[in-house]
Amino acid sequence: MILQWGFDGMLAIALLLLAWRALRSPDLFTAIVLFIAFGLVMALAWVRLQAPDVALAEAAIGAGLTGALLLAALARLNDLDDNINDSHAVDAEKK
Amino acid sequence: MSAADHKWSSLALRWVRLLLLLALAGGLAYAVLSLPDQAIGLNDQVRSNMETSGVHNPVTAVLLNFRGYDTLLEMGVLLVALLGVWSLGAAAAHRRVGPGPVLSFLVDGLVPMMILMAGYLLWVGAAAPGGAFQAGSVLAAAGILLLLSSKRLPVRLMRWPLRFALVLGLGAFVAVGVTLLSVSGLFLQYPPGLAGGLILFIEAAATLSIGVTLAALFLGGRPEAGPRR
Repeated sequence: MILQWGFDGMLAIALLLLAWRALRSPDLFTAIVLFIAFGLVMALAWVRLQAPDVALAEAAIGAGLTGALLLAALARLNDLDDNINDSHAVDAEKK
Repeated sequence: MSAADHKWSSLALRWVRLLLLLALAGGLAYAVLSLPDQAIGLNDQVRSNMETSGVHNPVTAVLLNFRGYDTLLEMGVLLVALLGVWSLGAAAAHRRVGPGPVLSFLVDGLVPMMILMAGYLLWVGAAAPGGAFQAGSVLAAAGILLLLSSKRLPVRLMRWPLRFALVLGLGAFVAVGVTLLSVSGLFLQYPPGLAGGLILFIEAAATLSIGVTLAALFLGGRPEAGPRR
C-alpha cells in the first residue's frame, strides 16, 4: 500500500517536473527530449490508472511518433536557417 | 515618473495574472472534488451488449462497433492532416546518404519484427489491449526507421499505390458502412454474426492506412516521383 502510494507520488511529481522543464527549456532539442520522456512517464501513469489501451497509444503515438514528428520539424527549421545563411554567404561571394 | 508608472503597471499585471491562475486552479480543484464517488458511466450498457459486438475487448467494441462513427471520423482527420501537409509543398530533396553499417544492420533486423508486431497488435486487439491505432503506429515507426536510413519507395509505387494505401482505411470503413446502409438501412450497424469479421477487415485496412499516413507525415511534404530523385 505504502509502496504504491510512493510510486504514484513519484510518478505525479516526475510528470509535473518534466512538463515544467519541457515548457521552460530554452533549447528546443532539450524540450523535445523532455516531451518524449514526459510521454513515457505518462504511459506509466495510464498503466497505474488501469488503462492499458490508453497507455499503449500514449507510448506509441504520444511519445514515439509525436516526438519523431517534432524532431523532424526541428531539423527542417535548422535546415531553413542554414539555407538562409548559405544564400546570404553565396550572395556575398557573388558581390 | 513614467518609469515608476511602468514598474507599477507591470506589477499590477503580475497580480492580475496570479489571481486569474488562482481562479483557474480553484475552479479545477472544485470540479475534481465535486465528482461523484461512483460514476454511473456506460459500463453496464457496454457489458450487456458485448455478445453482439463481435470482439471480447470492451475498448475495441466501443471504438469499432458502438462508437464506430468516432473512429471513422478520426481516420478522416488523419487523412486531412496529411493533405494539409502535402499542400504546403514538396518533400525536401532526398539526400542519398547510405546509413552506416550499424544502422543498416539494425533496420534490416528490426523492420520485419515491427511488421510482425503490428500484425500481432492488430489481431490481439479483439481480445486484449491493442488495435488499429497501436498497430498502425508501430507500422509507422518501421516506416520512419526506413526513411531515416534513407530508403525510399520505388518510383513506380510512389503515385497510385501510395495514395491507395492512404485512403484504404477510410475507404474500407465507408464501404462497409454504405453496404450495411443499403442492406439493413442503418449505417455501421453490424449484424452480430458478421461483426467480428467486419471489425477485423476494417481494422486491418485502417492499420495499413494509419501506418503509411503517419510515416508520410514524418516525411513532411508531398513525395515527388519525378526524375529529380
